[in-house]
Amino acid sequence: MIIGPLNKKLLRDIANIKAQIAAIVLVMAAGIAIFIIMFGVLDSLKLTKETYYDRYQFADIFASLKRAPESLKNRIDDIPGVSVSQTRISFGMTLNIPNMIEPASGKILSVPDTHASPLNQLYLHSGRMLHPNEEDAILADQGFFEAHNLSLGDKLSVTLNGQLRELKIVGVVLSPEYVYSIAPGALMPDSKRYGIFWMSRSSLAALTNMKGAFNDLAIKTERSAKLDNITLKVDQILAPYGGLLAYDRSTQLSNFFVENELKQLYSMGMMAPMIFLSVAAFLVNVVMSRQIATQREQIGMLKAIGYSDLEVSSHYLKLVLLIVLMGTLIGLFLGTWMGAGMTRMYAEFFHFPILKYSFSKEVMIFAVLSCTFAAIIGTLFAIRHATSITPAEAMRPESPTAFKTTLLERLGVHQHLSFLSRIVLRQLERRPIRALLSTMAMSLALCVLIFSFFLEDSMNYLLDVHYDLTQREDLNISFVDAKPLRALEEIRVIPGVLRVEPIRAIAVKLKSKHYEKRSAIIGLSHHSDLFRVINEQLQAVNLPATGLVINQKLAEILHLSLGDMVEVDVLEEKRHSLAIPVTAITQEFIGLGAYMNIHELSALLDETPKITGASIMVDANHSALLYQELKDIPAIIGLNIMTVLRKIFEDLMAENLFKMVSINILFASFISFGVVYNTARITLSERGRELANLSVLGLTPGEVAYLLFGELAIITSASIPVGILFAQQLALAMTHSMSTELFRIPYYIANNTYGAAVAILLISTLLSFYLVWRRVNKIDLVSAQKGAV
Amino acid sequence: MSTLSHDSFNTCALTKTYITGETEVQALRGVDIDIPQGELVVLLGPSGSGKSTFLNIIGGLDQASSGQVFFRGQDLSQMSSKELTLYRREHIGFIFQSYNLIPSLTALENVALVTEIAREPMSPLDALDAVGLKNRASHFPSQLSGGEQQRVAIARALAKQPEVMLCDEPTGALDIETGIVVLKALMDANEKSGASCIIITHNVSIAQLAHRVIHFADGQVNRITLNKDRKQPEDVEW
Repeated sequence: MIIGPLNKKLLRDIANIKAQIAAIVLVMAAGIAIFIIMFGVLDSLKLTKETYYDRYQFADIFASLKRAPESLKNRIDDIPGVSVSQTRISFGMTLNIPNMIEPASGKILSVPDTHASPLNQLYLHSGRMLHPNEEDAILADQGFFEAHNLSLGDKLSVTLNGQLRELKIVGVVLSPEYVYSIAPGALMPDSKRYGIFWMSRSSLAALTNMKGAFNDLAIKTERSAKLDNITLKVDQILAPYGGLLAYDRSTQLSNFFVENELKQLYSMGMMAPMIFLSVAAFLVNVVMSRQIATQREQIGMLKAIGYSDLEVSSHYLKLVLLIVLMGTLIGLFLGTWMGAGMTRMYAEFFHFPILKYSFSKEVMIFAVLSCTFAAIIGTLFAIRHATSITPAEAMRPESPTAFKTTLLERLGVHQHLSFLSRIVLRQLERRPIRALLSTMAMSLALCVLIFSFFLEDSMNYLLDVHYDLTQREDLNISFVDAKPLRALEEIRVIPGVLRVEPIRAIAVKLKSKHYEKRSAIIGLSHHSDLFRVINEQLQAVNLPATGLVINQKLAEILHLSLGDMVEVDVLEEKRHSLAIPVTAITQEFIGLGAYMNIHELSALLDETPKITGASIMVDANHSALLYQELKDIPAIIGLNIMTVLRKIFEDLMAENLFKMVSINILFASFISFGVVYNTARITLSERGRELANLSVLGLTPGEVAYLLFGELAIITSASIPVGILFAQQLALAMTHSMSTELFRIPYYIANNTYGAAVAILLISTLLSFYLVWRRVNKIDLVSAQKGAV
Repeated sequence: MSTLSHDSFNTCALTKTYITGETEVQALRGVDIDIPQGELVVLLGPSGSGKSTFLNIIGGLDQASSGQVFFRGQDLSQMSSKELTLYRREHIGFIFQSYNLIPSLTALENVALVTEIAREPMSPLDALDAVGLKNRASHFPSQLSGGEQQRVAIARALAKQPEVMLCDEPTGALDIETGIVVLKALMDANEKSGASCIIITHNVSIAQLAHRVIHFADGQVNRITLNKDRKQPEDVEW
């Protein structure tokens, strides 16, 4: 006999409870799959990113400035720890795309004429690189090129440094510096309206009057170099040339977003599998406890005829391990398959020119081990119980289970309860741990659901606050450089402009005690209505006539509260050092905003009021004409249309979140279905005989159902508030862990979310009721009397 | 104890006290007894007289509270639970009132459960043949009658070629005719294999089949009677 009799028993036991095992296997597979997907994607993206950065010499330190002579490069190179530096010319520009009503904007960077770029090298996707001194030829980033269905050789009409030019695209490239390219003022990348371009240094210098000068700097440091020391030195050197504080990779926008995405993956990758695996462990526990309880006499007999404790426990352990094996096989398969797809999706999203898959054995081994561990922990007690059954017990039939009057009954509630309800309550109180664990498992299912919906809710909330309460303008524009305040009047008269408000942005370093932060102060008019300051209760407040208004995150970073003085080092114009009191703190989810009255700002800067941009309210009927007009104004460098920005954000969210939410709904349904189905099946097997007896005594099917499902209905109901609480805590933890300088996730769960999550939970509960109920109807009353259910 | 080597079991001042909640139950109150090898012994007595407790202790399923119990001179009361497992595995065949077959295994596989772990087992098919169930080998317990199930249980006990077969009410759940078939199978096994066969029963009639009848009452051995002319099951008046 190849398979021993005990193993045959094992296989037949499995066949007998296959539906329950399938439910556990699904939950387990889901846990492992998510784990593999998240960490596979995470590892693959990290590896891809590192390889990309490394191969294409992504710089370590970045700085921009007004204008400095090329000879300054020698002083930069002399800074201890600097390995290579590259000076560049960088300008903003607007593009006139024929079939787009709104203008697109972009950034153009120089590449060396005579030698290969030492830093931030370009990956040539198609076409060719630039020839030295090649005029009016550019390289375009792949995102923009594809978003507009451009071809090599196509000419773009651009406004650069106030001049209209036709630039020919000769090559399509990718850069490690713009994995994520975000227009100033936008929240999300938008390849259609923002592009990055490269031109030969000599040609760009000629167009921008930057011959022998540079306004952008990138540095590669030595491995052991202290970044802080270098940035400090760079700042000192660049200060007289309008330097805007050097920064490292951690605040480089593109890299920041990439890192942030990876961070999100990491927290999801840690949290979700833990939920699934603990539910799987619980389910294994429920099923194994029941299996061992029903096989009590068999265990006794096996021990009586000479099987040792070890042999008996390993028999049951084998069942657990088989479940784990099935769960892990399915999970590994799903995980690597879906993980590869997800990695491709992300790589496309980030425009990585290379893609490195890394599904490390360690991750898989860890997933399988933690799953095995969870399952064994889940069954440890059940199996210990199996070995503690003395063989003598096999000799005698099981005595009736000891029931006691329940706590509720002792409190006198029973007088109001039917005898059926009493049975339900006693059953529940007899196994409090199981009831508690069932409740926990169901709560976790609900928690996963609410949490998935929360991500969507909070993003919508963020958009509502940002675009409906704070930035209420229809569009905002920015100028190449600061203009006198009266420029506003020129905009006001353009047909279609309903209202226009000034924006004056100025780069600053804010300091308080030993905390400091690079940011910008935005000057707004005192009665600013398009761009509003929102307090923590989300009420619009008037911009105080004096003093600085900062957002919560900035206040937190600088440890500032209302009334504190902030030291302000202005990084432009005459580089004043000021001290300004904080007169209001605002609620913002994006960036590190600091605002003040534009007139006070001008006074402090010792200048006549200037603007660097404007917020505009548009008459929808004239918007097309207005955009056309704005496109032709050379001084305008950037233009953001709020509805478009919002739509980009929403589309991106819909695409990514929808996938994630539907996966989560599926997996959470596995959990609730698995928990309810298993618990109901077990109740049925424990009490099939009793239910059959009651049917024989004349109970209606409805009453029998009440007995069977009453307990589960109570558990499900109890799990709802607990699940909601879990989800809220989890959401809070998420908002804290994801709070960064650039972005905060608001803690907001919509009421619909609770409703939808509970509905999904209840539907999967009802489905499992139905499946079990079908079995109840099939019970043959005569055989059930003999205990064969 | 000169007959030590010829006896299966010798017990000496064997007691067993169960504590359930606040009450102590003295199941055995000093049992001194010698059971010779190869005999068919019937333990008779009313419920609660200590028969099952005695059987459990000599079968290595339970430990005595005090006193000694020897199997072929080996002191069971000194054995660890591991040694007791080995003892049961190598020497004892059990037959339970409720058969205790594994419902998910066929008759043959139920017997194979024992032959898998025994030292010198018979083939499972031979064991089934010995109880007349060779042709039912591939049937599951649910496809067998009560008598057939109990004969499978006897085959399971026989298959390891044990020195002792311990039977707790083997016919308790059976009608008279099926009971006779089962008892014949037991007597047959006792005669052919030379294994001692110790049977607990309420049924006085079964005592007529035994070499020796041990009467239990109130946790003690009341008296022992020896049958000079044993009857065959079919000759007994039921």
